[in-house]
Amino acid sequence: MGSRRRYIFLGLWLVFLMLPIYWLVMMSLKTNQEILSTFSLWPQNLTVDNYIKIFTDPTWYPGYINSTLYVLMNVVISLTVALPAAYAFSRYNFLGDKHLFFWLLTNIMAPPAVFLLPFFELYQSVGLYDTHIAVALAHTLFTVPLAVWILEGFMSGVPKEIDETAYLDGYSWPRFFITIFLPLIRSGVGVTAFFCFMFSWVELLLARTLTSTEAKPIAVTMTRTVSASGLDWGLLATAGVLTLVPGALVIWFVRKHIARGFALGRV
Amino acid sequence: MDKREYQWAWLMVLPVVLIVAFSAIMPLMTVVNYSVQDIFGPDSRFFVGTEWFKEVLRDPALHGALVRQIIFSAAVLFIQIPLGIGLALCMPKKGIGVSFALVLLALPLLVPWNVVGTIWQVFARPDVGLAGVTLNSLGLDYNYTGDSLDAWFTVLVMDVWHWTSLVILLCYAGLQAIPDAFYQAARIDGASRWAVFRYIELPKLKGVLLIAILLRFIFSFRIYAEPFVLTGGGPGNATTFLSQSLTTMAVGQFDLGPAAAFSLVYFLIILLFSYVFYLTILNMDREG
Amino acid sequence: MARIELNNLAHQYAPGGDYALQPMQHVWEDGGAYALLGPSGCGKTTLLNIISGLLQPSQGRVMFGDRDVTTLPPEQRNIGQVFQFPVIYDTMSVFDNLAFPLRNRKMGEDYVERRVTQIAGMLGLEDVLKRRAKNLTADAKQKISLGRGLVREDVAAVLFDEPLTVIDPHLKWQLRRKLREVHEQLNLTLVYVTHDQTEALTFADKVVVMLAGQVLQVGTPQALFERPEHTFVGYFIGSPGMNFFDCQVDGGEALIEGHRVAVDPAMAQAAGEAGGLLQLGIRPGLIRTAAAGEKGLTVQVENVEDLGDYELVTGYLGSQKLHVRLEESEKIGSDGLEVVFPREHALLYADDRLVGGGK
Repeated sequence: MGSRRRYIFLGLWLVFLMLPIYWLVMMSLKTNQEILSTFSLWPQNLTVDNYIKIFTDPTWYPGYINSTLYVLMNVVISLTVALPAAYAFSRYNFLGDKHLFFWLLTNIMAPPAVFLLPFFELYQSVGLYDTHIAVALAHTLFTVPLAVWILEGFMSGVPKEIDETAYLDGYSWPRFFITIFLPLIRSGVGVTAFFCFMFSWVELLLARTLTSTEAKPIAVTMTRTVSASGLDWGLLATAGVLTLVPGALVIWFVRKHIARGFALGRV
Repeated sequence: MDKREYQWAWLMVLPVVLIVAFSAIMPLMTVVNYSVQDIFGPDSRFFVGTEWFKEVLRDPALHGALVRQIIFSAAVLFIQIPLGIGLALCMPKKGIGVSFALVLLALPLLVPWNVVGTIWQVFARPDVGLAGVTLNSLGLDYNYTGDSLDAWFTVLVMDVWHWTSLVILLCYAGLQAIPDAFYQAARIDGASRWAVFRYIELPKLKGVLLIAILLRFIFSFRIYAEPFVLTGGGPGNATTFLSQSLTTMAVGQFDLGPAAAFSLVYFLIILLFSYVFYLTILNMDREG
Repeated sequence: MARIELNNLAHQYAPGGDYALQPMQHVWEDGGAYALLGPSGCGKTTLLNIISGLLQPSQGRVMFGDRDVTTLPPEQRNIGQVFQFPVIYDTMSVFDNLAFPLRNRKMGEDYVERRVTQIAGMLGLEDVLKRRAKNLTADAKQKISLGRGLVREDVAAVLFDEPLTVIDPHLKWQLRRKLREVHEQLNLTLVYVTHDQTEALTFADKVVVMLAGQVLQVGTPQALFERPEHTFVGYFIGSPGMNFFDCQVDGGEALIEGHRVAVDPAMAQAAGEAGGLLQLGIRPGLIRTAAAGEKGLTVQVENVEDLGDYELVTGYLGSQKLHVRLEESEKIGSDGLEVVFPREHALLYADDRLVGGGK
């Protein structure tokens, strides 16, 4: 394949990815009359009424804070436990290592629906219901196995001689790990954090089940606010746009680190 | 790299095991417990043995959902894996184009799952959606809320839109890990583009493909929020997949016992398929 | 097989940027074993990639015999290349790895069979032909990479880019000997890039020393040792490197901080004409001690290391540091060491270049 043809193919794909989002943004800027009566690629009567309607409703603000909080907690917890584990997987053989990894993966396989109820009971029985930490912990079910796997890839790319030299120089394991090893896989940690963020941010079934008011995630707040007011296309689109914003911001700010992590090429 | 045998490594893995077990084991046991009881209320339950399992395995509605589910997951894998590999091969290797493309690719992955449904609802509606209106003006009679085939097509395209980026990102990272020397050696050896793909790129992508296939299989098999928002499982039962049947049973009809039995069967199906993928790909190493 | 000629070759990675390779004129004779020696980043790998066709030079021509291959892609150049890290096709058996270049060129299967068996025999790989290449040791993998280069009968030259980097030290000499054997049997042109002088000097008939994109000297190991044409070659080759002293010339003698050293008169005259920064160079092993009653130069001794076969003296002549290799029996006097710089070994350099040129 010539490189021009490759870029055309990729470009078409990116256009395909952006079209639905473009349409969502456009609809959020139209009035309902315009949406229902005429079909136009660009709003004829540009309006920000839908945004004003949502911004003046104070109930959705905490949603952003709640989502951000539990996602951050999840990223921190996932990285903290996954780092030593990934190191063990990348450096040593131990009893049951391959099966253990598969067992970690099985935790993302449980179908929601019925499992939600026991989750609810479990977190209520330990007094964590409707807290941010409950959602963060529940999300570790899928972020931790993923984090272990991604980090293991990056760590295997670091030559073992570095560890051995450090031990010979009298470094203890924690000191070696924090002062020497972690800086070497910095980009890998960045990519892992991004993936944890992503999966925790988009998951809603668990998040919705484990919260009621105090820790309710933004996407739930948003859709509830909207569905209460009937099928209002403009408002629905606006709520959709507003739930996209945080994710888009994060990916925009970390793009360089992600590119660097990917260039190291070990996901 | 050869690894050292070292059982104390378990200590490093322990935090992971504990934190995952906390959220994993109790709920699983509870579900097992439900599945063998008839539950009328918190204090009135009866042991019914394998009754629910028998009932669930005979339920034709669930058979229908299972068949649809398997077709859907197979379609997802057959489309997204080759497409993802192909698009990853199209990515620029360096330059400003890289972060630009990465940002756009990652965007659909960062959309909360129910909002994915909303986006496509807005996009594909034959009355107000860009895709729906365009298709109809091209003379196609497209209406995903009325026609089963259209609904299927829309759910599938939505999933491709939503998830192919994950495959692309993983494969792209895998491709970046291949040292230049491999491509140079292949050129010197006179390898065709196809041979480079078949004997260098594909083997080196094995690890990331394993994860991509597993993640895509698992998430497609438990798909819930996106089609629920988009089609509500309709028209009729056309896009009702396993998760939704299960939810209807557990929440709608409050048949907790059969729903739990069903969950376990469902879980085992995913486990079985995943284990087969896992072993197949791991074993490709050991031949010869 | 063919001689390789580089005509006025130079390379810049970006137009108008720094030269990765300074313009050069060079011929690799058919059947020669050459080493490209130099520190990291001196342009060795760039030069190698230009010869193999992985890189297009920004100016000049590359000729294989009478054929101008400057714009030909690697697959049409009949070149084999062995990289720093073993490149093998993981999913293939050793046999299929070796057969790969032939099959890509649509050779008949019985020819492939014959040729692969022959090359495998030569490299000592016949026992592992059926095994997966992936599961072999690093040195066997490098042999496979080499074999993929050798398997084509029309191969003009095999290029090596630091091929022993990942090989265990005790296997390095074995592999190097294998290379020499192959070289003798097939009479191929071999070009071997390395930053390790021992590797270069034991492998090659001729060594090309490079620094900062420039070829400093091409010569036999002996010539590099005895008459380095550039001070860098003197430093870089030999352990320890050559001694250099800032000096002036006065008639047939060099003046080093007042010490007079006799040098070749023709060379002294040429140095006087050349001007610039003058230095006198001499190998530590070619300095001898003064005989009884002979007038010598007095070296202030700072340190003596016993290195088994010889002793290495570090000291000062005036304010300038020098090394001297001594036989064990020799003694150092209380007021220093009296040494003589034999006239035939004392060389003069003007602005780092040997004056008087060739022999």
